[in-house]
Amino acid sequence: MRRYTMPAIVLHWLLAIAIIGTFTLGLVMTDIQGISMAKIRYTNWHKWAGVTVLGLAALRLLWRLFNHPPQYADAMPAWQRGAAHGLHILLYALMFAVPLSGYFFSLAAGFPVVYFGEIPLPVLIGPDPELRAVLRGVHYWLNMLLAGLVALHVLAAFKHLLVDRDGVMQRMLPIPTPKEKQ
Amino acid sequence: MKSFKAVLLATLVGASALAAAVPLKTDNAKSSVSAVFKQMNVPVEAPFRTFAASIDYDAAKPAASKASVEITTASFDIGDPMYNKEVAKKEWFNSAQFPKASFVSTSIAPAGAGKLKVSGKLTLKGKTADVSFPLAVKAEGGKQVFEGQLPIKRLAFNIGEGEWKDTSMVADEVVIKFRVTAAP
Repeated sequence: MRRYTMPAIVLHWLLAIAIIGTFTLGLVMTDIQGISMAKIRYTNWHKWAGVTVLGLAALRLLWRLFNHPPQYADAMPAWQRGAAHGLHILLYALMFAVPLSGYFFSLAAGFPVVYFGEIPLPVLIGPDPELRAVLRGVHYWLNMLLAGLVALHVLAAFKHLLVDRDGVMQRMLPIPTPKEKQ
Repeated sequence: MKSFKAVLLATLVGASALAAAVPLKTDNAKSSVSAVFKQMNVPVEAPFRTFAASIDYDAAKPAASKASVEITTASFDIGDPMYNKEVAKKEWFNSAQFPKASFVSTSIAPAGAGKLKVSGKLTLKGKTADVSFPLAVKAEGGKQVFEGQLPIKRLAFNIGEGEWKDTSMVADEVVIKFRVTAAP
């Protein structure tokens, strides 16, 4: 079975690591009460990581626009292809919506984002307490939706690997399995 | 009876002449005092919601001007009630012990068109320091607008105790920005 191209595989796994890391950092930092050194540090790291996710997502979308992904297994039923396609579209949308909602949440709270503490990113909106409250909720729930969809994505991949054994998951693995090499 | 009226009139005229020495009336809705601090190199501007500014300014006699501002430190608003409560704590403003911060001018000197050089005493968290800063004055819709900014070192006033003395997280320099709109 044909595999994804190397740029697609690299971007997929970099985003997987970046998204899981940023999400975890978000949970940890919001769990810290009051103001502490750790909270400020984690919050800034979280923002830098989120901006990185946004950048990687943009590269990935560009790649996807100009490349067709490899074929699914022939035995895959139409409804599964449709479901997989729909889930991928949602994941793409959230790779943008989640960091953007966080970015605007930060701006509405009056905290501009300075990438890696060096590069001031555009301050597109000023402090806005009402918008801040709305975006806080939007950012949180988009994240919960993303977490749920990622779980579904991972479960589906393992179903292909362990139940269907149709090589669909192997298309995205960084290293070809010994069987594929033969 | 006539002489009584004359005395009354003279008193009123005298009082209105004296009125020039009465401080301008501050328009709080069009005035603001804020502080810009930097955390991990991110500049954040947050307002003090409660303050009282009193400016006694006569364009004809700028050197006779006086200015004073009193700020309620617990009214510093970083946009989240939890953070605001933290900032009022002992390590930062210690608002329980030092509820007010103040500035009182000692001298105001003209420094070019629409500019004044203001010197005075700034009291923050119980510490008083001599400061001076440029102040811009302009007339706007029949009112006087005074605008300026004063950079201070927060550690000189013990703001940020314990681990917060580390300026790599929250920078030492904080800029106090203000805009006071006042009318006679």
